[in-house]
Amino acid sequence: MWGSNNQLISKQKGVRYPLSKIKVAVIGPGNIGTDLMYKIFRSRNLEMALMAGIVESEGIRRAAGLGVNTSTDGVNAVVADPEIKIVFDSTGAAPHLKHAPLLRQAGKIAIDLTPAAVGPYCVPCVNLDGLQEQDNINMVTCGGQATIPIVHAVERVAGAAYAEIVACIASKSAGPGTRANMDEFTETTSKAIEAVGGADKGKAIIVLNPAEPPLMMTNTIIVRVKQPEVGLESITESVNRIVAELKQYVPGYTLRVPPMMEGDKVTTIVQVEGQGDFLPAYSGNLDIINSAAVAAAEKIAGRLLGKRGATA
Amino acid sequence: MMKRRIHVVDTTLRDGSHAMRHSFDAQQAAAIANGLDRCGVSLIELSHGDGLGGSSYTYGFSKVNEFELLKAAGAQIQNSKLAVLLLPGIGTIADLEHAYGCGARAVRVATHVTEADVSAQHIQAAKRLGMMAVGFLMLVHMSEPEAIAEEAKKMESYGADYINLADSAGHLMPDDVRRRVEAVRNAVCIPVGFHAHNNLGLAMANSLAAAGEGADYIDATLRGLGAGAGNTQIEVLAGALQMSGFETALNFYGLMDLAEEAVQPIMQRPQVIDSGALIGGYAGVYSSFLLHVYTAAEKFSLEPRDILVELGRRRMVGGQEDMIIDVAYQLTQQDK
Repeated sequence: MWGSNNQLISKQKGVRYPLSKIKVAVIGPGNIGTDLMYKIFRSRNLEMALMAGIVESEGIRRAAGLGVNTSTDGVNAVVADPEIKIVFDSTGAAPHLKHAPLLRQAGKIAIDLTPAAVGPYCVPCVNLDGLQEQDNINMVTCGGQATIPIVHAVERVAGAAYAEIVACIASKSAGPGTRANMDEFTETTSKAIEAVGGADKGKAIIVLNPAEPPLMMTNTIIVRVKQPEVGLESITESVNRIVAELKQYVPGYTLRVPPMMEGDKVTTIVQVEGQGDFLPAYSGNLDIINSAAVAAAEKIAGRLLGKRGATA
Repeated sequence: MMKRRIHVVDTTLRDGSHAMRHSFDAQQAAAIANGLDRCGVSLIELSHGDGLGGSSYTYGFSKVNEFELLKAAGAQIQNSKLAVLLLPGIGTIADLEHAYGCGARAVRVATHVTEADVSAQHIQAAKRLGMMAVGFLMLVHMSEPEAIAEEAKKMESYGADYINLADSAGHLMPDDVRRRVEAVRNAVCIPVGFHAHNNLGLAMANSLAAAGEGADYIDATLRGLGAGAGNTQIEVLAGALQMSGFETALNFYGLMDLAEEAVQPIMQRPQVIDSGALIGGYAGVYSSFLLHVYTAAEKFSLEPRDILVELGRRRMVGGQEDMIIDVAYQLTQQDK
């Protein structure tokens, strides 16, 4: 699951060509932060410069064991290193509210994976191009990353008066943060369905399923379109186009049920299988939010490196 | 020996909402709540069948907003407590506060039987509002008694006033019910309740088994109106509890009349164990899937039984009504 030779080699390659990469840090060495680290190892233009936590932990030891600089001085260690340009924050809403102004002051770009949402919501295949100048972007929720692209794809051709999503996550893949605050998921995702997906009204539902072996993350997206006369063919073409874009950063993203239309109601079901970097394949929910975060960082790094048009 | 008192919880206006395809209007809610309040029911539960916020494509849109129904029912209640159901992941604390403003004074926070920890936030919010909070574990046939007891303890630690065990698929035999009630009673210091479905014809037997094993709260509905084959029929329960030597505050004749006058005339379909409900109970499928399965079966030209059996095989849980379409679609693909 982790620590394979391939990943070590790719990291060493990073050390060999430091000038072609942007240095990044991860704050929060838990499961999410560790999976992010493995994804950063694979990146063409990101260099994993620091893993920061606030106590000695398994995550810190694992990062150190892979040759990554680590610190238990949290955000302070990050702001103290002027070479670090992009910072992933996978701690929690309360810590990120404290980190955000410090990172801004230090001139760093924050990619916020917490529910704090200090900056605008980002779903890379939908609105990243419009967020290039932001110094803090928020990655919504796992369910948002999986469903908002479909809402957007339907909306851009047929309009969306209402969009509803149901995200089903394997129980084993729902961490204590999600469990302690289910409302944060439903409320944040609903807001982003409107703000990013373009629906006039959004609704989000999350269900945890404990089946063994764990189920892949499944998401149902139902949109009430404004112009049903556009027809299923155009809607399907638009959905297929965005699925192809999403697959570039989430290879395990597939259509389980292609768009179906009944009157003005369009139903689509997607599945997200994780890449198994650090977390198991059934954790598609965590894979997609991390993949989206790294895709956003790569685009920003590409701009910083002057590589126009660099994509994930 | 003093007769033990059983508190009966009526959920006609919540679980019954499934059977009505969420079409209760304010007048109906007021009439039913008024009657129940006079008939000695402890809690009158009212919300969308899938709890607060359930009105949706996935679970069916409510004809009348549940908050309007709560206000209409609340105005009729003097002795009972108006309760709502809330499934974390569907309903939110904002919905709960809104319901409180409309007169709700109790909330049953429902999670899948293995997922009690997602209820902490909502149980604690209810206690802050000064509401009665019930920890409600769904689909209890999917877990063993000892594991259920652990989940119940979590809900007790969040501040739940009692634990309700729901046989949401109507799948349990009376001995299975006894073992579950016993295990939870031994594990927690708060009362235990039970919620039956009649898919295998055992709602009444299971309710009596739970009461006999020490459950203090029993759920029921007028005419048995509810998801799947329906729930324990409250007017029958009133008589059966009395004959079994329990004390209740229920008015036996009053409930009979209420069922006949307020519920019978508005029922959309007879509340019987039809083939779909029976297979749902047998395969252990969440009861509220049933009517959605019938709709999907018609749309995709499939046998409802085939969809239900596949949903059971996949171990779908409460709230996964969206997967009915997925199963129906995958079944049609297999035939190609």
